[in-house]
Amino acid sequence: MRAMVYRGPYKIRVEEKDIPKIEHPNDVIVRVTTGAICGSDLHLYHGMMPDTRVGMTFGHEFVGVVHEVGPSVQKLAAGDRVMVPFNVYCGSCWFCSRGLYSNCHNVNPNATAVGGIYGYSHTCGGYDGGQAEFVRVPFADVGPSKIPDWMDEEDAVLLTDALPTGYFGAQLGDIVEGDTVVVFGAGPVGLFAAKSAWLMGAGRVIVIDHLEYRLEKARSFAHAETYNFGEYDDIVVHLKKATDYLGADVVIDAVGAEADGNFLQHVTGTKLKLQGGSPVALNWAIDAVRKGGTVSVVGAYGPIFSAVKFGDAVNKGLTLRMNQCPVKRQWPRLFDHIRNGYLKPSDIVTHRIPLEHIAEGYHMFSAKLDDCIKPLIVAGAS
Amino acid sequence: MSEAATPYTAGKSSGRESAEALRARIPGWGVDLDPADRPSFPREQPGIETGAHWDFPERQPESWPRERSIEHAMLPPVFGTSAPPKGASGAIRKYAYRKYSEGRAAHWLLLIAGDRVDAWEEHLKSLATPRPDNPVTETGVLSESSRHGFRSRMGRRRVDTKHSWLDPVVVGGPWVLAGLGALGAVRALVRRS
Repeated sequence: MRAMVYRGPYKIRVEEKDIPKIEHPNDVIVRVTTGAICGSDLHLYHGMMPDTRVGMTFGHEFVGVVHEVGPSVQKLAAGDRVMVPFNVYCGSCWFCSRGLYSNCHNVNPNATAVGGIYGYSHTCGGYDGGQAEFVRVPFADVGPSKIPDWMDEEDAVLLTDALPTGYFGAQLGDIVEGDTVVVFGAGPVGLFAAKSAWLMGAGRVIVIDHLEYRLEKARSFAHAETYNFGEYDDIVVHLKKATDYLGADVVIDAVGAEADGNFLQHVTGTKLKLQGGSPVALNWAIDAVRKGGTVSVVGAYGPIFSAVKFGDAVNKGLTLRMNQCPVKRQWPRLFDHIRNGYLKPSDIVTHRIPLEHIAEGYHMFSAKLDDCIKPLIVAGAS
Repeated sequence: MSEAATPYTAGKSSGRESAEALRARIPGWGVDLDPADRPSFPREQPGIETGAHWDFPERQPESWPRERSIEHAMLPPVFGTSAPPKGASGAIRKYAYRKYSEGRAAHWLLLIAGDRVDAWEEHLKSLATPRPDNPVTETGVLSESSRHGFRSRMGRRRVDTKHSWLDPVVVGGPWVLAGLGALGAVRALVRRS
């Protein structure tokens, strides 16, 4: 099969690989029909995530058709069209049995501090991902779902991570009616978090980024107020002024470990790897939220320490809430919202890239060229 | 200032849109208004239906001694089998797993070091194959021309342009240095012979 493989920081190529085999009775092999590049993949691509091995195939957002079925699989059959949550999880451990699917203890030998994620380094279990023609999907009776007949395939692929994660980010904010919600980052997750904040009754939604085309999307798609932090000497002070000097009730970090906005932090974290990235967005979130407010973190952070202003969070009496999203817990409600017309996730898709051109796709997405918001990976050579 | 800013008094901010106005303006506003009626509430729900029809999953065969965190009591029943450890990078990685817990910086810094060694091991190995690593095609840098690299950056007030000039140095620098080193080695050999 053809598959994207990592060749070292900033380097990937498409190679011929063996089609994955059933390795456990509850595995299925899925033939991928649509995949995606996620902003989180860029951390791997940049060499930020420990134990990212040359030869691994990335990709944790994919949908496809069941190609082969393990002997204990009861709910799926060859030919079924399936959507697969980005979480690899067993459904039966202490954590899964309470709904903490993203914190499964039975699928990741490499670390106890994170569950399993497709194509997301050995730190997340060493599973090859879906930026390939075929992918192994463990625990087929637990993770994947058949794609409903009424659902568009591009909506389905955005339901495997980006939309549930954004919605979850808003949910972790514990938004109550009338709250002022600030979202850092106008990428896919930030856009969905902003859109979801309204569903939860926010009175005001403000989105912060430095890419004007993404802020335009935040205005048109998510009905948000927007500020370009590149235009302000100090975006935190500006946000304070914009919120009557109080601060926002809820701030959502939809940026993660490689934030722009501070040259020194970027160089020490992202370029020199002296810390686990540049936690600018998280620090701005801690600064911009009101005392007693909530900071929700759904941006991707790795296991290496970062210089986070924790004292401010303590002294302001903040609630910090965070996790990888347990995708399947979000699905029933999100399916309803799509059917009711409140959400149309595929509206944010800007590029559809053939697998063979994925190296250009990664560079484009990483460098934010061509007004790219969300690139999908489509099957086929060109 | 004509009126006191709100943090100094008990009042809430003024000028909020009413629920009716928001509902009229934003499709679906407030449909998930009740925090107790949101998908992941409460966070932990003992006995939640997951689809698992096992108490403990069957064990996946271990085809090589699978490296694992020393914070695990045992090898978990299911795991990824991508890219088994090999060479010097494999030795570094196995040592990091065997020696240090996830709570130790040395664990993660060794793994990052292993990643860098892995990349260069594989770059060197690729030179002996019909398909050596190609930093031009593999970095996707050709999309700078096909995807409007100049237009995407210029006059856009993008903050990342302050440091993006470093990217070619960080990504291409080691290749240039390796090339110069190889050239020097070849010259030295020629002079000796």
